[in-house]
Amino acid sequence: MLQDKDRIFTNLYGAHSPDLEDAKRRGAWHLTREMLGAGPEWICDQIKQSGLRGRGGAGFPTGLKWTFMPKTVSETRPHYLVVNADESEPGTCKDREIMRHDPHLLIEGCMVASRAMRAHKCYVYLRGEYIAEREALEKAVKEAYEAKLIGQNNKNGWDFELYVHHGAGAYICGEETALLESLEGKKGQPRLKPPFPANAGLYGMPTTVNNVESIAVAPTILRRGAGWFAGFGRPNNTGTKLFCISGHVNTPCNVEEEMSITFKDLIETHCGGIRGGWENLKAVIPGGSSVPMVPAEQIMDAYMDFDTLRDLKSGLGTAAVIVMDKSTDLIAAIARLAYFYKHESCGQCTPCREGTGWMWRVLTRMAKGEAEHDEIDQLLEVSHQIEGHTICALGDAAAWPVQGLIRHFRVEIEDRITQYRAPRALVQGGVVAAE
Amino acid sequence: MTDDLFKLNIDGQDIEVPRSYTLMQACEEAGAEIPRFCYHERLSVAGNCRMCLVQWQGAPKPIASCAQTVGDMRMNPDGTPPNILTNGNYVEKARSGVMEFLLINHPLDCPICDQGGECDLQDQAVAYGRSTSRYAENKRAVEDKNMGPLVATIMTRCIQCTRCVRFAAEVAGVEEIGMISRGEGAEITTYLEQSLTSELSGNVIDLCPVGALTSKPYAYNARPWELRKTASIDIMDAMGSAIRVDAKGDAVMRIMPVVNEEVNEEWLSDKSRFIWDGLARQRLDTPYVRKGGKLTPVNWGEAFAAAKDALSAPADKIGFIAGDLIEVEQAKAALDLARALGVQNTDCRPAGAQYGTDGVRERYLLNPTLMGVEEADALLLIGVNPRKEAAVWNARIRKAWLWNDLKVGLIGEAVDLTYDYEHLGDDPGALDGLFGRDSEMAEALRNAKRPMIVVGESVLCRDDGAAILKAVHDYALEVQAVTEDWAGFGVLHSAAGRVGALDVGFVPGEAGVDTASMLAGDLETLVVLGADEADLSKLGDTKVIYVGSHGDAGAAAADIILPSAAYTEMAATYVNTEGRVQMTHRAVQPKGEAREGWAIFRALSDVLAKTLPYDSADALRDQLRDANAVFSGLGFAPGASGVDALKAPIEVAGSVDAARPFGAAIGDFYLTNPVARASRTMAECSMQKQGLETAVAAE
Repeated sequence: MLQDKDRIFTNLYGAHSPDLEDAKRRGAWHLTREMLGAGPEWICDQIKQSGLRGRGGAGFPTGLKWTFMPKTVSETRPHYLVVNADESEPGTCKDREIMRHDPHLLIEGCMVASRAMRAHKCYVYLRGEYIAEREALEKAVKEAYEAKLIGQNNKNGWDFELYVHHGAGAYICGEETALLESLEGKKGQPRLKPPFPANAGLYGMPTTVNNVESIAVAPTILRRGAGWFAGFGRPNNTGTKLFCISGHVNTPCNVEEEMSITFKDLIETHCGGIRGGWENLKAVIPGGSSVPMVPAEQIMDAYMDFDTLRDLKSGLGTAAVIVMDKSTDLIAAIARLAYFYKHESCGQCTPCREGTGWMWRVLTRMAKGEAEHDEIDQLLEVSHQIEGHTICALGDAAAWPVQGLIRHFRVEIEDRITQYRAPRALVQGGVVAAE
Repeated sequence: MTDDLFKLNIDGQDIEVPRSYTLMQACEEAGAEIPRFCYHERLSVAGNCRMCLVQWQGAPKPIASCAQTVGDMRMNPDGTPPNILTNGNYVEKARSGVMEFLLINHPLDCPICDQGGECDLQDQAVAYGRSTSRYAENKRAVEDKNMGPLVATIMTRCIQCTRCVRFAAEVAGVEEIGMISRGEGAEITTYLEQSLTSELSGNVIDLCPVGALTSKPYAYNARPWELRKTASIDIMDAMGSAIRVDAKGDAVMRIMPVVNEEVNEEWLSDKSRFIWDGLARQRLDTPYVRKGGKLTPVNWGEAFAAAKDALSAPADKIGFIAGDLIEVEQAKAALDLARALGVQNTDCRPAGAQYGTDGVRERYLLNPTLMGVEEADALLLIGVNPRKEAAVWNARIRKAWLWNDLKVGLIGEAVDLTYDYEHLGDDPGALDGLFGRDSEMAEALRNAKRPMIVVGESVLCRDDGAAILKAVHDYALEVQAVTEDWAGFGVLHSAAGRVGALDVGFVPGEAGVDTASMLAGDLETLVVLGADEADLSKLGDTKVIYVGSHGDAGAAAADIILPSAAYTEMAATYVNTEGRVQMTHRAVQPKGEAREGWAIFRALSDVLAKTLPYDSADALRDQLRDANAVFSGLGFAPGASGVDALKAPIEVAGSVDAARPFGAAIGDFYLTNPVARASRTMAECSMQKQGLETAVAAE
């Protein structure tokens, strides 16, 4: 269990003031000038050594990502840092707490990361629904400007402008290239890759897009040392992590914990256990709605980290742990998620545009049992037809929950169909809803 | 140059392609066929249909080949070239998955769809579609959009490939089509449900891979497999765009563009594309003679007798005027007859343009060529509105501006050309001192290696036209637009028949007078060859013999009408504004008693006992080639081969009226010639342009 002295986000619950003075008292903006002065190579190196992996879901090593930026800045091609604060993954609510209660850690992180990638400008793209978060962040940015911590000729010695951009509330704008499109004032639709943002990102310039949490932990890592951060968790899955636990636990919460804590420890320590006891646990979606669910028996003793969950054919994602007990209608739950993806598909490429709606419709019927047994395989096939065939990862994200459901709870779907059909024995081969 | 090549192994075959190729191009180079919907070689890559997936062995996912640049690919771990498979289970499965998705919400209305038979989706469904649908849910329906009188929309059929969106934004230069909403609800629309304000809007019909955007005038008229397809040349402007005339029975059903990289690439202007209903209306299908003030249908014999009568006037009291759409054969036959009769009053410039009389062909050609604008580094337009006078070329200028950083300057009416230009002035005075002027464009012209100076036909029709031509030519020499391999001076014509008639020599003979004098009313007999735009109101007692295909202004003023074939009804020679000699072909028979123009004059010469020395169009063309070598070669533009003729300044008297502004080059784009004025579709477009309610658009 993580000790209080090792927490990065010491004001996660808003117990203290988010203002600059209080943030400084908690350690923010300490030695920033020295960190910036140490140069980009040192910063990237420290972050690499800390083993920090991207906190937005994919878990790509952050330090490595920063080094993809060109080493020299040409006059006509400025570098940009873009912070992805479009936190829209269902179940995820960690970045909002950072922006509301610890915004200065984020701002300082933006500056440090910008130095690491030789950028003088940073954009924070905020989710459209985050009004209070925007106000809190803008207030903090203003404080930082006024205190000459950022801006031109600031005290920290690296010219740095930070802009907060408020999105319009589309899930797809959390995809990094769709976010860039949206930031440029265009319709939020993912771009084709390659070219990757590090070559041609915002306005065609070298750009790195990072999650809020990845950026916000960076200054503390530099202050306390890569070794300190790397000391938490298992190899390749190091550091501390914000977990957002929701669903059928006794006290749902956001909590900063050590990586690779076991699921059981996480729930027992912070969430007061499963509602109705551990016997009542049915399945867990461990990383936000996009990752496949894991059944109770597999998740209980699993380490909550990237590699363990990947081996369970799921993923840590954003560490938004959605806990479902035995009262949960899993089919209806996944049908609801399918509706979400259908609603949020950008409509650009074929498999996702057409496939998400298909899956949602079939699942909605399946939740009632109004389906055929062979439609289960068909649904699985449709999900595979979407997965990996799209421009961005939304197609995969839409397919995985369905695959997870069928992988682990196929019997439940079959039972539902059988039950539905039992009193309707005369309706041979007829799917009533399709008529 | 081996550094620029990249090795690939495609379907087991080793191949080397330039690094800039897309994987799709590489696969095609290797002989593989890649299905696609959204990809179009003249538009930016969207990569959204996902139909062109191929397998890159070792890659975790199938690759959209249209979006993958070959140069970005990695070698195999063992250093061998990447292995690509364009067929096999993996690829077929990926594509059939995409195809199934495309079809689940696509209506099964092929039997009543105009795209049926030439539909990409239909064709590819044969290869990749399932035999039955597994989709048991309700299909999506999308509301149709109003896109004006030319483009019919059945948006339920749309597969969101966004070709039309990209065409409008990139080629046509009007950002007026877009995709609204998202996911399943995504719809293609013109934001305010209007037709595109582009002269090229019809091209979205060709681009649409399904039946979502189809031709409104052609709707439900024919099936593609019933149509006789004839390759031909368009004559609605002086570009000579390559077209295909699709006919059923004796009617032209539609006109489509054909690829000619040097002229129209694969686009076509709306006027050229939708003119075809004008070929069936207001047609002159029998000879007429005015009796008692009223035009009366007669047979050819009677008409010729009347014409003989009229042409028995003294030779200096007879005149011949050739119009805008006149084909070379007719011009040649008419001119030969005139000269045989001793008539010197011949002119092919009904609007009075002042060029073509000094025998130097290069002085009235677009020497830099249409395609040359892509090589040019500065373009100066003088009294030209290419958007209306040569709409397809305007798209090419836009392309050069967009991709080659072409600098454009304009002297004349400041209009929206779909690209940025520097407006240098409204009148010829702007040319004075332009060379030394302190402006971005002037500097671009001074520094340009290949400056292109283009003057419009309309400004040469002014009283001071000859002087303007000289001034422009002088300026071209000043900025060194004429070098050994670059002829940067040119005239942009707007009439398809003009250059050909000038090449034939259809200008006033010795002591002959020009159009303006002929129209003053002093002649006894005037032969009008489709010159409906000439002002015939002052003719008084002059007998008018009208030879033409449509009952327009010329026919109304005529005493004798000799009906001739239209451009879709004969094999005829036209010379475009670049001096490119091209031929139309007969798609349908001439209407009724109408005959090809040259044959009318050949028959008339017989009646007049001045028999012309050719009995067939081929024999006529032989003589044409003997008389002027330019007719020997078909299909190429002389371009820079005429630089020597351009090196000497033009010698003319007269001065430029420097303060008189250039007016609009063309009044109504949709109504410039008799065929267009007979077309209902063009009338609709014209009315809509003026903001008037139209019957079709209101549907």
